[in-house]
Amino acid sequence: MTASAVELRSISKRFGAVQANRGVSLRVARGSVHGIVGENGAGKSTLMSILYGFYPADAGEILVDGRPVQLGGTHDAITQGIGMVHQHFMLVDRFTVLENIVLGAEQGFVLRGSLARARAELQRLADEFGLAVDPDARVRDLPVGVLQRVEILKALFRGARILILDEPTGVLTPQEADALFRVLAALKARGVTVLLITHKLKEIRAITDRVTVMRAGEVVAERDTAQTTEAELAELMVGRKVRLDAAPRTGQRGEARLQAEALTWHDAQGVPRLQEVSLALHAGEIVGVAGVSGNGQSELLALLAGLARPQLGRIRLGARDGTWHEMSARHAPGPRELRAMGVAHVPEDRHRLGLVLGFAAWESALLGYDDDAAVHTGPFIRRGAARAQCRQMMEEFDVRPRDELLGSSKFSGGNQQKLILAREFRRAPRVLLIGQPTRGVDIGAIEFIHRRIVALRDAGCAVLLVSTELDEILALADRIVVMCGGRITGTLPRDGADEQRIGCLMGQAATA
Amino acid sequence: MKNVPVALPRWIDVALLPVLNVLLALAAAGVVVWAIGQSPLAAVKLLLEGAFGNAISWSYTLYYTTNFIFTGLAVAVAFQGGHFNIGAEGQATLGGLGVGLVLLALDRWLPPPLLLPLALLGGIAAGVAWAWVPAWLQAWRGSHIVITTIMFNFLASALMVWLLVNVLKVPGNQTVESRAFAAGAALPSARTMFDALGIEWPDTPLNLGFVLALLAAAGVWLLLWHTRLGHALRAVGLAPDAARYAGISPQRMTLISLSISGGLAALAGANEIAGVHHKLLLDFMAGAGFTGIAVALMGRNHPLGIVLAALLFGALAQGGSELVFEMPAFTRDMSVAVQGFVVLFCGALSLLLRSPVARAYALFSRRRDG
Repeated sequence: MTASAVELRSISKRFGAVQANRGVSLRVARGSVHGIVGENGAGKSTLMSILYGFYPADAGEILVDGRPVQLGGTHDAITQGIGMVHQHFMLVDRFTVLENIVLGAEQGFVLRGSLARARAELQRLADEFGLAVDPDARVRDLPVGVLQRVEILKALFRGARILILDEPTGVLTPQEADALFRVLAALKARGVTVLLITHKLKEIRAITDRVTVMRAGEVVAERDTAQTTEAELAELMVGRKVRLDAAPRTGQRGEARLQAEALTWHDAQGVPRLQEVSLALHAGEIVGVAGVSGNGQSELLALLAGLARPQLGRIRLGARDGTWHEMSARHAPGPRELRAMGVAHVPEDRHRLGLVLGFAAWESALLGYDDDAAVHTGPFIRRGAARAQCRQMMEEFDVRPRDELLGSSKFSGGNQQKLILAREFRRAPRVLLIGQPTRGVDIGAIEFIHRRIVALRDAGCAVLLVSTELDEILALADRIVVMCGGRITGTLPRDGADEQRIGCLMGQAATA
Repeated sequence: MKNVPVALPRWIDVALLPVLNVLLALAAAGVVVWAIGQSPLAAVKLLLEGAFGNAISWSYTLYYTTNFIFTGLAVAVAFQGGHFNIGAEGQATLGGLGVGLVLLALDRWLPPPLLLPLALLGGIAAGVAWAWVPAWLQAWRGSHIVITTIMFNFLASALMVWLLVNVLKVPGNQTVESRAFAAGAALPSARTMFDALGIEWPDTPLNLGFVLALLAAAGVWLLLWHTRLGHALRAVGLAPDAARYAGISPQRMTLISLSISGGLAALAGANEIAGVHHKLLLDFMAGAGFTGIAVALMGRNHPLGIVLAALLFGALAQGGSELVFEMPAFTRDMSVAVQGFVVLFCGALSLLLRSPVARAYALFSRRRDG
């Protein structure tokens, strides 16, 4: 076996009552790409934070190139040649690429010399690894795929020979992800060791040499990538067999429930975010909206959910009694009225919109539904009844822990999402708007959430599913709409849609 | 990243830490006393006797406490709604003005049982209006409420000067104040109320306002945690986007929370004008609106905490002035400095002791487990 670049021996870390890592041991061969997979809360990020010097481990040993090291902070990690690319980029928007790369690694009081040296070094790195980036471009003007390169360059500039990437493809198109993998292959070819944290098993297959599976803070398995399958890895992660492909629609789609006609919306800066978007939602059908995040999907959801008014075009909503309600620039019912008309909305950003993180779970479960006759008497909230209702929701949607007094922020991503679903599904909505239903949710919960969405469709609900996960769209949607640059660039039926075709539509403005 | 917030048992956060912070503030004040060559222990003894030694000192302490409860609640309600109301001083001043104007206008015509509720309503209306304008500017024009409420404090003060000098001053009188209200046109004093119960009580500024303050605290507690309005108000304060998602208008809620805040502050003005001075005069709030910020901060924006913090500040105000009287080397400024230490250690540095306490607690509980 080749020499190891990094070796972790029996690392343990505890946060309060939570044992985040328990006796984790890991060897990463030099010049290899090593994947770490696991559900949310499995301890992957904690382990990497320990390796990057963010937290001290409670117990255990870290060896870099076979020598034990003490990492008292990220500075020590950088000195040891360890670099990290975070899930959320740590770049200064208004600085140029060059300024960002030098930031924190300036030599001397006057910046000019450092910048000149950095420029030369950057050129060398770009040539060596195929990481071309314009050093004078402002970071805020660059697309995410390029920002990621900047982050990688930043780490390499600091002399990183061991690179940790935390969920690097979450914000990329399939094509951008492929480009990233080519960069990683180039890094590997030049002896850089890559640690890849991900929950996407496809990526593990595509790029890694070895893979470590973590569950509940422990390493449960380590495999050569060539000798394992996605199914096996998924099972190891969750601890049981999982099925993620949902059943297609069996019944016929029903009447139109919601129609968007030529919706156009510009943001406060006058940038067009939605341009002439038209689509119809029918009872008993899931329409999937695919696209790289930031291409108008969020704005579409906001307009349909009554959070903003369209500036041009209109939305027509079919009510129970057969009449149509219209939402346009002049007149639009707000979220409260829409809920009363049977429109449920599971927002993309559950932390910012779906929950009040400072609220107890039962208070969050009341958001938007405090007009329920069961939970209030006049202006007063019947706290007992509201708590009981929340407990019942938790029971029905298997929210854990079943503690309605626990703070909304204390639940894991999957359980927060299940709580929101429970709240929004409770009144048997006629139309469901759902954004990124499984972002940051572990596999076991994904399976559960998918089943619930399908069940709601089968009960006759019209569902609009916005997701940046193509797999999710392909698994759930009966019809697929692809958005790019605020426009719909294509509509595909479920059969006949494949990753390649959707990827092309995602990456380009409307051509046809 | 090193100081990961640890979940501590509630009693440490809400009881132990505030007490330790107060002790730390007193220790710092003790160093000042020692530095001027006086005995810190004697000073503490004088302070405590001055605040709680007998019925008179208790009475004064509670009178100060009354103002601080009202202004502390005012700041807290705005804060729970996501806004930092620096304008309690001005809103209280306007509240006093509203009370005073109603009393001046009607004290010869209406009997007290009718007149007083009307005066209180007048005061509340004035305080609400004074908070409403900055709230509206914040909600619909984006003018930062911290700036506008500060400006409204100055406006309130200028308005009082103009009104008293040009309109309300009794001709021929040298002092800048209105005529006294008719006898009986006042909030009943503690002495009057205790008399009715057959208990002897000294004549002090303490009045019915204290009872109103406790009722207001209970009311705020009910509002914030037991009503749909309170739920919506706190949702906006904690997560305006989530509130909008739920169909709550953050703009509307800004107007509502600031109006409630202004109304509560106004009652502090009522306590002064209708309960103590029985006439309109200048600068009658004497900074109680600003102390309310410290009270709310220390009371963690919870009514119970605010009542306790108000009592502490009331005791410091009353005990401090006794101390100044009894210990000549200890000047007025030093008494202010002691309050400053309390604000510093309980407010600005309130987390100073948290991590050592957390470490001690972790050590202790590990030993107990193991």
